Amino acid sequence: MFEIVFISTLNGILYGMLLFLMASGLTVIFSMMGVLNFAHAGFYMLGAFFGFEISRRVGFWPGLVIAPLLVGLIGMAVERYGLRRVHRHGHVAELLFTFGLTYVIQQAVEMVWGKLPVDYEVPRSLDFPAFTVFGTEYPAFKMFELLISVAIFLVLLLVIKRTRIGLVVQAALSHPGMVAMLGHNVDRVFMLVFGVGVALAAVAGVIAGPALVTQSNMAGLLGPILFVVVVVGGLGSLGGAFIASLLIGLLQTFAVASNASLADLFGSSASAGALQTYLSDIWNVTVAQVAPILPYLLLVLILIFRPRGLMGTRET
Amino acid sequence: MSRASDAPAAPVPDAGRGSFLAAYGIWIALAIVIAALPHIFSSGLALSMMSVMGTMIVFALSYNMLLGQTGLLSFGHAVFFGLGGFFAVHLMNALSGGEAPMPLIAFPLVGALAGLVFGIVVGAVATRRAGTAFAMITLGIGELVASSALILRSFFGGEEGISTDRTDLIQPFGLTFGPQIEVYYLIGAWCFVSMAAMYALTRTPFGRICNAVRENPERARFIGYNTQTVRFIAFSLSGLFAGIAGALAAINFEIMNSAQLGAAESGSVILMTYIGGIGNFAGPVIGAILVTYLQFTLSDITDVWQLYFGLLFIAVVMFAPNGIAGLLTLQEPLIRAGNLGRVSLYYPLAVVPALVALAGFSLMVEMTYRLSVGGSEMSFLYVPLNARAPLPWLAAIVLLGGGGWLFLRGARKVGQVYGDAVQEGLRR
Amino acid sequence: MTKKLALAAAALSILGLSAMPAAAEGTLKLAYVDPLSGGGASIGQIGLNQLRFIAERINAKGGVNGEKLEVVPFDNEVNPQKSLVQVQKAIDQGIRIIIQGNGSSVAVAIEDFLRKYNERNPDKNVIHLNYAAIDPILTNEKCSYWHFAWDAAVNIKLEALTNYLKGQKDLKKVYLIDQDYSFGHSVADTAVKMLKEKRPDVQIVGNEFHPLVKVTDFSPYVAKIKASGADTVITGNWGQDLALLIKAAADAGLKVKWYTFYAGGAGGPTAVKQAGLADQVFQITEGINNIDYKPAQETIRAYMEAYPKEPVYYPRLFNLTGMLFEAIEEAKSDDPAKFAPKLEGMKYKTFSSGDEGFMRADDHQFFQPLYISTLEPVDTKTEFDEENTGWGWKEVAQVPVKDTITETTCKMKRPK
Repeated sequence: MFEIVFISTLNGILYGMLLFLMASGLTVIFSMMGVLNFAHAGFYMLGAFFGFEISRRVGFWPGLVIAPLLVGLIGMAVERYGLRRVHRHGHVAELLFTFGLTYVIQQAVEMVWGKLPVDYEVPRSLDFPAFTVFGTEYPAFKMFELLISVAIFLVLLLVIKRTRIGLVVQAALSHPGMVAMLGHNVDRVFMLVFGVGVALAAVAGVIAGPALVTQSNMAGLLGPILFVVVVVGGLGSLGGAFIASLLIGLLQTFAVASNASLADLFGSSASAGALQTYLSDIWNVTVAQVAPILPYLLLVLILIFRPRGLMGTRET
Repeated sequence: MSRASDAPAAPVPDAGRGSFLAAYGIWIALAIVIAALPHIFSSGLALSMMSVMGTMIVFALSYNMLLGQTGLLSFGHAVFFGLGGFFAVHLMNALSGGEAPMPLIAFPLVGALAGLVFGIVVGAVATRRAGTAFAMITLGIGELVASSALILRSFFGGEEGISTDRTDLIQPFGLTFGPQIEVYYLIGAWCFVSMAAMYALTRTPFGRICNAVRENPERARFIGYNTQTVRFIAFSLSGLFAGIAGALAAINFEIMNSAQLGAAESGSVILMTYIGGIGNFAGPVIGAILVTYLQFTLSDITDVWQLYFGLLFIAVVMFAPNGIAGLLTLQEPLIRAGNLGRVSLYYPLAVVPALVALAGFSLMVEMTYRLSVGGSEMSFLYVPLNARAPLPWLAAIVLLGGGGWLFLRGARKVGQVYGDAVQEGLRR
Repeated sequence: MTKKLALAAAALSILGLSAMPAAAEGTLKLAYVDPLSGGGASIGQIGLNQLRFIAERINAKGGVNGEKLEVVPFDNEVNPQKSLVQVQKAIDQGIRIIIQGNGSSVAVAIEDFLRKYNERNPDKNVIHLNYAAIDPILTNEKCSYWHFAWDAAVNIKLEALTNYLKGQKDLKKVYLIDQDYSFGHSVADTAVKMLKEKRPDVQIVGNEFHPLVKVTDFSPYVAKIKASGADTVITGNWGQDLALLIKAAADAGLKVKWYTFYAGGAGGPTAVKQAGLADQVFQITEGINNIDYKPAQETIRAYMEAYPKEPVYYPRLFNLTGMLFEAIEEAKSDDPAKFAPKLEGMKYKTFSSGDEGFMRADDHQFFQPLYISTLEPVDTKTEFDEENTGWGWKEVAQVPVKDTITETTCKMKRPK
């Protein structure tokens, strides 16, 4: 029993931190600009493919730096020439703009790298088991993931809460006029924020690429899970996103470990008739079976009962 | 936005007998067009495509009740479309053999009911919020339903879906609904009725309140409307019409599948509605027709059609936020001023270079694609070429650059002429 | 305005149609309805490449019955309703042979559609040749005279696999993990049933389902497998669900044998190689490239000259087209109503090994020898690698045709 709990907790934390790594950029952009970047997963994918391309030429480590920079530049261009233009049509238009971007990024990646997965490998220097618990190995690369994720969290927290830049950026969203009056270029601030957020997505891509599958449909397959993280955490709250990531990671991992179903709880359904066949589907589904869709249920429940999310400060 | 959001040629029913034609003429014309189309385009494909278009018109219009009328961006609208279809299919199977006096033509009502019920259930949750939170709830619910559909195999039929036979019901008036043409007329009739109903809805006080909630929720609240209730009613009704569309799809294809309530279908209705134009009643209709047509034909021409699709969508969001219908309504002041003819002479100045630039751009795209799938021989617009040779690339750059430059100049000129003409019209 | 646009759009649609060249005399058109855009496109494109390669070779030899072959692709995005419109489009162009594979959902939709279509148009029949959809429903409950299947259905593959496992003495504890949809369930249910019959001594220590392509982190599942003490995992997973599962297992240091349906599928070999699981991942297929059979090897080499990035992925497409052309030549007609009877019961030497298979007339299912193979770095005995990984499939065992036969519940309705 202890073994299961321990392993599940460890797996849950690792998965949660991977989620946070992927979602950090999304929450940065949302908290600073009020834009929910639908194309976030697309930039994450771009990061993975750039990382792959660089790593097979000059190695993984340069890729970890160069790929996010490149993707960040692309992001800034997107903000400068696209998003800024639709900004005046409101948030719905912004959301739709990034929604359209997902199609374009996906197709562009498909055109350049094809539709098959590419062989993006874990760097040799991290390709060994870091430690073994209860006979289960934990690869060093996963520890590296964890490390980067926590580092990003701390750095972001520091920058936003403790530095002048952070203050200016935060003020730019709520009081753009005032900030401009004080001599800051609000447009440029937004452009930088978008670039940084997108670059963070790319960092996640470079790191998750080798661990998962680097393929042109990876953005689509990631699905809306990142939005769940950001919304459950409280739109725009970095700490909230961090906690939500861990929560979702643990929830999912422990759910997989459980084999309970409604039939176990209440005994097998006794009702007869045509409805029974339909009901038996629901009745016999185990928690483990639905584990990966529990976060979506959590999302709906959170939005009903605590609309501003776990740590959000405002209602959308 | 507010001006364009009024539907075209607003009929005023209470004006005398003479304006009857003005008020209802467009509907009569629409009915005639629906009736006449299959006589003009009678191929099997044209019939199936027009049937799909009719279905999608209802679906897109129902979506626009949310996005266009009430300002709610939903990412899970296909849930109601799909559920409407599934309930219709299940009832068709239950009544197969003509056991109950329910002819095929009544089955969209089943979809409507299912759509309404689920619209109420989901709406009660989702419409508590507006804006981004609403979008996220619908995204979550869409994901939840789509994932559950694969797990609940008895109802959703697993991967195969649920199939049915539309001819196996009672057949009044000898209508078997075997031939596609009969199904087309069924869909056409329902499409007409739904369009009329949804249009009428925009004319009611409720429709106006929806607009108010979209434009300024605070003020709407101030004058005594509960914005949440308004959103809720709009959402439920929109579910109803999506359910009708789903049932029509089920009748048309005789199969429903969990793919029909997934994210791709929800995304596709957003594309349709927005490209057509959300600010105008005719917008989603145009969008549904155009996007359906492109979905079925563009894939024959190019493998990267989804790229063009995405770009088209982005272009509309950026440059024509009122969609194609919005561009068309821009011509209205010119028509009224009587100088559309003169101004439209200038349009080629922008359109032709734009097409040239587009050709250059898609040449680049196609060559890149060719190189990535392997091989280099290809043909573009019936011109054979080699994607590895420098000449086609040079040509593409020249086309794109030159076309783009001329387009910018032309567009400026057209804008000037247009502005002057409108001013002139106003002065008169 | 609505009216005008509707007219214009409809007019365009007709223009679009008439722009397509009408069927020229002396060409035999084959419609290929499969995903060519979106998520499933990788495999759809490979199938198309192979089909085009086959058509070119046949055309170079003078065609079929003197007719030149032309492959016409239709993109269906693995969406059943889209597929039906594409089939309609093909029929409108005068095509009467539909080749389709990916997605049982699509296959069922087309099978149903053509059953009705052929009933309603008895003088203009259209045939559905299925090269990859393996839901048993296609050749059992829903079987149709106008549908022929070349890939072994789930139950046939499991019949063969369990017949092979019967002789594996080190097999003690089996864990089943599958995607939670009808295909995954039919793999799990059939495997449980057959294992109980053939190896009552084997313990089934887990029967897990997870949602289709929703899982990013498989470590909790791997932890469960590990805790169960299984020595063998049988899975119907494909695509990302298989790749991530195998990589997570390798990360955790799980040592089991993997019996899969789709380790050879797009991305599978790359994942297995990345995981470093040489000789631990098995697949069951109707053929692999590294079988020592000269005619096949020569064809594969020729194919790789035309499409250098990939070896042959669908040996069954060669079987399908070979049998189709033989039936057409025998019937001296490309009318499905005339050549379909020739396909029934046809015996055919399969592409991969030249061993004989047959098309069972009862349910239109092709029975052929099946191969258990494992992925490992290519060596002197193996020539072809997969996905440029340097790893290739090596034969472990051949399951002869007689060990793959299953019963069918099909009651075929033949046209009068």
